[in-house]
Amino acid sequence: MSSAAEIAAERKERRRSWLLSAPALFVLLFAASGPLLIILVYSFLPPGKYGNVEWGFSLDAWVGILYSRDIFDGTYKLADAHLTIFWRSLKLSLYTTLFTFLVGFPTAWFIATRSAQMRAVLLFLITIPFWTNLLVRTFAINQLIRNEGVVNTFLIWTGVIDTPIQIVYTDFAVFLGMTYVYLPLMVLPLYATIDRFDMRLLEAGCDLYASRWQVLRHVIVPVVKPGIIAGSILVFIPSLGAYVTPRILGGGRNMMIGNFIDLQFGAGRNWPLGAALSVTLLLAVAVALFVYVRYATRDDNRV
Amino acid sequence: MKILMSAAAALLAGAVAANAEGELQLFNWGDYTSPELLEKFENETGIKVTVSDYDSNDTALAKVEAGGGGYDLVVPSANYVQIYVEKGLIQELDLSRLPNHSNIAAEWLDVPWDPGRKYTIPWQWGSVGIAVNSDTYSGDINTSAMFLDPPEELVGKINVAPEMNDVMSLALMYVGGEACSEDTEVLKKARDVLMAAKPKWQSMDYGATPKLASNDMLASVYWNGAVFRARLENDKVKFGYPKEGFPLWMDSVAMLSDAKNVDEAYAFLNFIMEPENAGLISAFARYANGIEGSEEFMPADMETAPEIVIPDEYKSAGKFLPTCSPKALEYYTAIWTELRK
Amino acid sequence: MTIVSDRAFSVSRLPGFATIAVTVLVMLYLPIVLLVLFAFNAGPSPAIWEGFSLHWFPRAWANEQVKEATIRSLVIATSAAIISTSVAVLAALGTTRRRKSPGQTFVYLMINQPLMVPEIVTAVALLILFGFIKVATGYQGLGYLILAHSAFCIPFAYLPIRARLEGMDITLEIAAADLYATPWQAFRHVTLPMLMPAVAAGFMLAFITSLDDVIISLFVKSAGQDTLPTYMLGQIRRNMTVEVNAISTLLIGLTVILLTAFFLLTRERNRPQK
Repeated sequence: MSSAAEIAAERKERRRSWLLSAPALFVLLFAASGPLLIILVYSFLPPGKYGNVEWGFSLDAWVGILYSRDIFDGTYKLADAHLTIFWRSLKLSLYTTLFTFLVGFPTAWFIATRSAQMRAVLLFLITIPFWTNLLVRTFAINQLIRNEGVVNTFLIWTGVIDTPIQIVYTDFAVFLGMTYVYLPLMVLPLYATIDRFDMRLLEAGCDLYASRWQVLRHVIVPVVKPGIIAGSILVFIPSLGAYVTPRILGGGRNMMIGNFIDLQFGAGRNWPLGAALSVTLLLAVAVALFVYVRYATRDDNRV
Repeated sequence: MKILMSAAAALLAGAVAANAEGELQLFNWGDYTSPELLEKFENETGIKVTVSDYDSNDTALAKVEAGGGGYDLVVPSANYVQIYVEKGLIQELDLSRLPNHSNIAAEWLDVPWDPGRKYTIPWQWGSVGIAVNSDTYSGDINTSAMFLDPPEELVGKINVAPEMNDVMSLALMYVGGEACSEDTEVLKKARDVLMAAKPKWQSMDYGATPKLASNDMLASVYWNGAVFRARLENDKVKFGYPKEGFPLWMDSVAMLSDAKNVDEAYAFLNFIMEPENAGLISAFARYANGIEGSEEFMPADMETAPEIVIPDEYKSAGKFLPTCSPKALEYYTAIWTELRK
Repeated sequence: MTIVSDRAFSVSRLPGFATIAVTVLVMLYLPIVLLVLFAFNAGPSPAIWEGFSLHWFPRAWANEQVKEATIRSLVIATSAAIISTSVAVLAALGTTRRRKSPGQTFVYLMINQPLMVPEIVTAVALLILFGFIKVATGYQGLGYLILAHSAFCIPFAYLPIRARLEGMDITLEIAAADLYATPWQAFRHVTLPMLMPAVAAGFMLAFITSLDDVIISLFVKSAGQDTLPTYMLGQIRRNMTVEVNAISTLLIGLTVILLTAFFLLTRERNRPQK
C-alpha cells in the first residue's frame, strides 16, 4: 500500500470519527460546556439593581470574592463572610473525604476478601445506595437525626436523654449527611484496586516477618494508592460543590459554596458575584483533578 | 435510531402541548395558596391554576427579572410593588374587567404603594412577630429581645426566617431606629446586635409551621398566620408582638407584563375579590385579607385569634414597611451578607 | 487467591476491619430501611410508629402535584435517556477501536466533562443561557429540561457502551465486510445486536441519572415544571409528612428494579467472554 493511500484512508477514518462524535459534542457544547463560558463573561459585568446584570465592565465581583468594602467607613477589608463559607466548605469536604476513607477502606478490603459469590452480593449492596436519589438519602438522614426524628425519639423513649439533642442544622449534620451520601464513591474505586491486588505479596511480607501494620503501610498502601486517590477525588469534588445536603441539613445558617452561589442568584441579587464564585469553584475542582491526573499517570508509568 | 428520535420528538411535542389553553401560572409564596380556592376556581371557570412557589420577595423578584419564567401572576409584598412597577415587570390592570374591584375594603384601596389599586389586588396581610413554645420559655414574649438577646432557655433554639427586610426592620426598631434607616450610627448598632445574636440561633430557614407544630423548632421569627396554623396543631405555640416595633405587611397579586394567559389572569383576579373566595384564602393560610365582607366566610376562630387580633397595647408598634432607597438597601444587603455567612 | 489470603493474611488479622465493614453496611441501609418502613406508618409521623397501613401511597398519588411531577419526571428521563444513549452510541463508535489521537482525547474529555464540573456551576450557567433563549424565543416548554438532562446523562450512557465495544470481538465484523456487507449492514446486523445489552445498560443508567437530578432541574425549570425531586425538595423543607416517605419508597423501588436489570444484562455480557 502506498503511503498516500494510507494517509487518505486515515484522514477518512478521522473524519468519520468526528462525524460520529458530532451529535454528542453538539449536545454537550450547547447544554454543558458552552454555557460555562457565559459564566466567565458574567463574572466581569456589573450587577443589576435587583438581580441580573448590566452591560459594562467591572472587576467588582472578582474583588468581592476576597474583599468587601466596609459600608460604614468605605475601606476594603478581607471579606470575612466569604472566607468563612470557603473555609467551611473546604473543611467539611476534607473531613468527609478523610472519614469516608477511614471507614471505606476496611469495607472495601472486607468485600474484596470474600468469596466470589459473597463479593457480588456485597458490591450490589454498596451500589444500590450509590444510585438511589441523593435527595431521598439526605431526607433519610434528616428523618433520623431531626429533633423529633427516630434517634431522638428513641433516646427519649428509652430514657437516655429527656430533651432532644440538636444535631440537624449544625456543621456536624452536614458532615454526617455528606459522609453518608458519598461513601459508596469511596468504597467502589478502593474495591476495584484491592480486587486486583495480588495477595501473595502479603504472604511474602508476612514470611519476611513484617508486622501487620508494616505490611499495611509498605505493601498494601502503595499498591492501592490509585484507588485511594480516585476515591478521594470522587468524594472531594462533589462535597466541595454540595448543594442539596447542606440545604436540607444545614438550616440556611451553615451554608457551603454551592448554597452561597445559589443565594447570589436569588435573594442576594448579585449575579456577577455568583458567577465569579462559580468560576472559583470550577478552578478549585480543576486543581484537584490536575493533582489527581498527575498522581494517577505517575503510578501508571511505574507499573 | 429513527424510531427513537421520532419517539423523542413526539414526547417533546406532547410536553409542549400540555402547556396550552385554559391555564394560569401563579407564582406565590410557599404554603400560602388554598387548594380549595383553586379547585373552586377550576370548577367555575374550567381554568387550571398551576402554583409555583418561592420563599422570599427577593427570590421572586430575581426570578421574574431573569425573564422567561412563564408566570402570569405574582404576589409581592407592599414594599416590593413599586420596584416591580418601576422596572416595568407588572402591568397596569384594566379595572373595567374587574367588576369586583369595588369589594376592596376602603382602608386597603388607597394604599401608599398602589394608590387606587391600579396594579395590585389584595391577597392577605399580617404581621411579623415571634413564635415561642410556652413549655420552653414562659416569660413575656412581646419583645424582639426574644431573638436579638434571647433568654437562656431559648439560646440555640431560635429559627429566624431569612427575609431580609423583615429581620433588618425588627433589628433597626429594636435599637431605636426605623425601617430603611440611612443613619450609620443606628445601622451599626443594628448590625452589632444581629451579629452578637446570630450564634444563639438554631437556623435561618422557612417552613417553620410544621416544625413549630412538631416541636422540631421551639421559637421562630415568623409570620402571624403561619404561627396561627402551628398553634392549631400544638397549643403550646404562642405568638409575640415585639413592643419595640414590628413590621406589618400586605401581599398583593399583580399581573406580570409578559403574562401569556391574560384573560385567565383577569378571571382569577376578579374571582379572588369575591368575599366568599377571599374567605377561602384566609381560611387556609390564616391571615386577614382586604376584601369587604369576607369575614363571614372565615372560620369563627379567626375573629378572636391572638395571632390575628393585635392587642391594643402593641397596635402602635406595628408599622408598614416603606420601600427602601437604594442607599438604605445597600446597607441592608451588606449587613445581611455578613449575617448569613 | 482467596484461600491463600485467608490463610496467610486473613482479614481477622487486620483488627476491626470486619466490624467496621459490617457497621458501614448497616449504617448505609438503616436510614433507607427506616424511611421505607415509615412509608407504611398508619400515623402521620415519620418517627413514631402507629401501625401498618398502605394509605399513604394512594394519598400521595391523589395529590395532583405529585402525579404531574411524576409524569413530567418520567417524560424527561425517557427523552433524555433516548437522546443521550443515541448520541453516545455514535460517539462510542467514533472513539473506540482506533489509534489514539489528540482529537480523540478531546472528545473523551468533553464527554466526561459533566462528571467533573460541579452541578451547581452547570446549573447556574444554564439558568443564564436558557434565560436568554426563553426571552428571545418565547418558548418555555420542557425542551430545556430535556436538553440539559440529555447533556449530563451522556457520560453515563457512553461508558458502558464504550466498555462493551472495546471488549468486542472484531473478527465478525471483518468477516461481514469480507462478505461484501456495506458498513451500515455490518453495523445493523453484526455490531448493533452484539452491542445491544450495553446500549440497554447505558440507557438505564442515563434514565436513573436523569430521574435523580435536583440541582439542574431546579435552576432550569419554568413555571409549573416541577419534577419529582424538585417537588420533594420543597416538601422536605416545608411539610415533612409521610407522603414524602411514600414517594421516596417508590423511587427507591424503581432504582432497585432498574439496577437489578442492569446487573442481569451486564452479567450476560460477561458470560460469553469467560
